[in-house]
Amino acid sequence: MTQGMDGPHPDERMRPEGRRNSQGIRIDPEAEATHQPRKAVLSTLVNHEPGVLAEVSGLFSRRQFNIESLTVGATDDPEVARMTIVIEEPEPGVDQAKKQLEKLVPVISVEELEPEAVQRELVLVKVSGEKPDDVNAVADMYDGNVVDASPEAITVEITGSQQKIEAAVEAFDQFDVQEVVRTGAAAVERGADTLEDTRRKAETISETGETPQTATDD
Amino acid sequence: MSEQTPVSPPDGETTGEGEQTAETAAEADEGSTTRDSVSTGAESVVAALEQAGAETLFGVQGGAIMPVYDALYDSEELTHVTMAHEQGASHAADAYGIVSGKPGVCLATSGPGATNLVTGLADASMDSDPVIALTGQVPTNFVGNDAFQETDTVGVTQPVTKHSYFAADSDTVGTEVGEAFALAEEGRQGPTLVDLPKDVTQGETDEFPGEPETPDTYNPPNEAEPEAVDSAAAALAEAERPVILAGGGVIKAEASDELRQFATDYEIPVITTMPGIGSFPEDHELSLEWAGMHGTGYANMAITNTDCMLAIGTRFDDRLTGSVETFAPDAEVIHVDIDPAEISKNIEADYPLIGDAKQVLRQLDDAMPVAYEAMDTSPDEYAEWREQCQAWKDEYAMTYDMPEDEPLKPQYVVERFSELADDDAIVTTGVGQHQMWASQFWTFTEPRTWVSSHGLGTMGYGVPSAIGAKIAAPDQEVVCFDGDGSFLMTVQELSVAVREDLDITYVVLNNEAVGMVRQWQDGFYEGRRMASEYPWIPQFDMLAEAFGARGFRLEDPAEVDEIIEKARSYDGPAVVDAIIDPAENVYPMVPSGGDNGLFALNGDQLGDL
Ligand SMILES: Cc1ncc(C[n+]2csc(CCOP(=O)(O)OP(=O)(O)O)c2C)c(N)n1
Repeated sequence: MTQGMDGPHPDERMRPEGRRNSQGIRIDPEAEATHQPRKAVLSTLVNHEPGVLAEVSGLFSRRQFNIESLTVGATDDPEVARMTIVIEEPEPGVDQAKKQLEKLVPVISVEELEPEAVQRELVLVKVSGEKPDDVNAVADMYDGNVVDASPEAITVEITGSQQKIEAAVEAFDQFDVQEVVRTGAAAVERGADTLEDTRRKAETISETGETPQTATDD
Repeated sequence: MSEQTPVSPPDGETTGEGEQTAETAAEADEGSTTRDSVSTGAESVVAALEQAGAETLFGVQGGAIMPVYDALYDSEELTHVTMAHEQGASHAADAYGIVSGKPGVCLATSGPGATNLVTGLADASMDSDPVIALTGQVPTNFVGNDAFQETDTVGVTQPVTKHSYFAADSDTVGTEVGEAFALAEEGRQGPTLVDLPKDVTQGETDEFPGEPETPDTYNPPNEAEPEAVDSAAAALAEAERPVILAGGGVIKAEASDELRQFATDYEIPVITTMPGIGSFPEDHELSLEWAGMHGTGYANMAITNTDCMLAIGTRFDDRLTGSVETFAPDAEVIHVDIDPAEISKNIEADYPLIGDAKQVLRQLDDAMPVAYEAMDTSPDEYAEWREQCQAWKDEYAMTYDMPEDEPLKPQYVVERFSELADDDAIVTTGVGQHQMWASQFWTFTEPRTWVSSHGLGTMGYGVPSAIGAKIAAPDQEVVCFDGDGSFLMTVQELSVAVREDLDITYVVLNNEAVGMVRQWQDGFYEGRRMASEYPWIPQFDMLAEAFGARGFRLEDPAEVDEIIEKARSYDGPAVVDAIIDPAENVYPMVPSGGDNGLFALNGDQLGDL
């Protein structure tokens, strides 16, 4: 092919020393550093209106964020719903997920909860009804309740942290598990802080450009 | 716009016929009037558009949108341009938005009308162009029942709009339309949509829509934090090899003057992205033109070797960066953007400056002298770097074989046209090789004169975008460079250009192929030209005549100037069918996902990469 332009061959050109990783972060040319995925709990207040769940879940699937769970429910304000979204992503992904969420028009605020935030999940486990006493005993170990029982099947309800739920489900394995229904995490910050406080803080910042001093300020 | 659909009865129809009400007589006396009351949802939609300052709408009629059209019949302020296809309406509205800076409005009926808009909305979304789409919808009691011409338009368009509204109430529909309008243009611009069920637009209401306002959950930042500006200025002052990378956001923020000022004050070379073309004059000595896959060699050399990049209003698209691992690998990155989600999305920002580009450039301009002083440096220290950039400009000059005989070189056609055209002429394009030649060989000096489909890369964008551009700027020359493939995708919109009597020059760079695909097949698929050649292409000059436009055929390099001038001077749409060298390919080229510094200048180098 003769067409095109004349000029130095790529091999003869000035080259820089630096390097970035696949996440676009500049790195030490000697080292290979990428961020490992971590778990993040995003607590989000949204306008309680039709279509908002589709909009949020659509955003997550479209951008290929790895969702672990997404729960949604009403709050004390009938106009506002709260979503708790657990994702597992490398640091830049967590950051991106938060910012993309914030861009959605029905989203009022987005907050990543501290790892020590209170997190609870509910599971319903349906097992064979053959050994009711043994099932009861295991349920007790996990502070669970039998919520339905028949000669064929027993359903147990357990609430707790994700680890506890996982351990419980494993423990029921011996009883011929027929169905496991998990809700995904609901979470709330420890102490007096609420998401509403954070939202008001954010609103004042965007209106005045200044960080307000409130009683909940650290 | 001589024969457009009359949206208000021509004067003659009412004047002197005794049917005029006292009210319309009073309105006629006052000249232009603004409505101040509404009686239906549809009137409220129209009132909202009027209040928002809309002037031109692009659309196609249909059952579910008819109430809105009916309300438009009486509007004195809104002009409607009937397009041949809804995709044309969305592209015309998009181009209108780019050229005017105000949201372009498109309308379609439900179902197929709405789905035909989707390509244009996706296009606007990728390029952050302000567009508002109004779609008809089946009556609310049919929604969800698979009624005739029903589509879940909100569901279909949500991923490609800033927000899609479903209007549920005649009393609030107008305010929602105003909100969608405001949302399209505030902050990072983009498309919005309002889906309008027929019973909602037909329904009675006397609620006059409120002022167009963005929702209270939407608060785009304005100024960057002062400390962040100071540290960014310090980084720039300390740099030895700084560049400015100006993206489309500079144009959207009307920050071109500030950019020019800033770059010349501190003598920093300026590279643009492809959507940023026009943000900085390409004939300025500090200009390196644009970088990326088919950008100039000198821009790609500078971007690869810079140690400090001031990137403004760019989203670091992969056609710009190539592999992120080799993109500006030595550079500290100062990233100015109004959208926080763009910060460190693809390229990590060492200095994020979140705010409006115009404001932030002013803030930086104030901070620079202080930074130089503190660092004990000055713009003089960049002199060596500027010389290096100049040397690259000579070394990697944009050249092509000069045509003495046929075949005609496309680059020559673009370059000659650029010389002959008005300084502020607007160029629009389809997508493919012709788009690259247009951007490479036209010399752009003004913002809002380059109108193209960047992020989505939509073939067929050319014909309707030229219509939208011409209507937004009737006093500016409009040229569309199209490919034969792209032209065929929306050629029906020529009928609109003829009907509206728009003075547009279309130049089809005809290589009887979807050339860009063929180029890749030759480069990366061993020349297996599957489905890329068009041996059955129509004669575009004759096609133009059939539409009522003027057609010209251009084959001989010696006739380029003459035919360009003939087409330019024809007062109406003209189509030049330019039969170009089918073997011509686009260079320089950074292979997809490659290293910007390793662009190929020709086929041999491409083979070596
Ligand atoms: C709607 C659409 N379909 C397919 C493509 C893929 N594509 C990209 S460039 C190109 C070739 C364009 O051909 P043409 O318009 O004739 O321009 P040329 O490259 O020949 O100048 C094609 C098919 C696209 N960008 N858009």
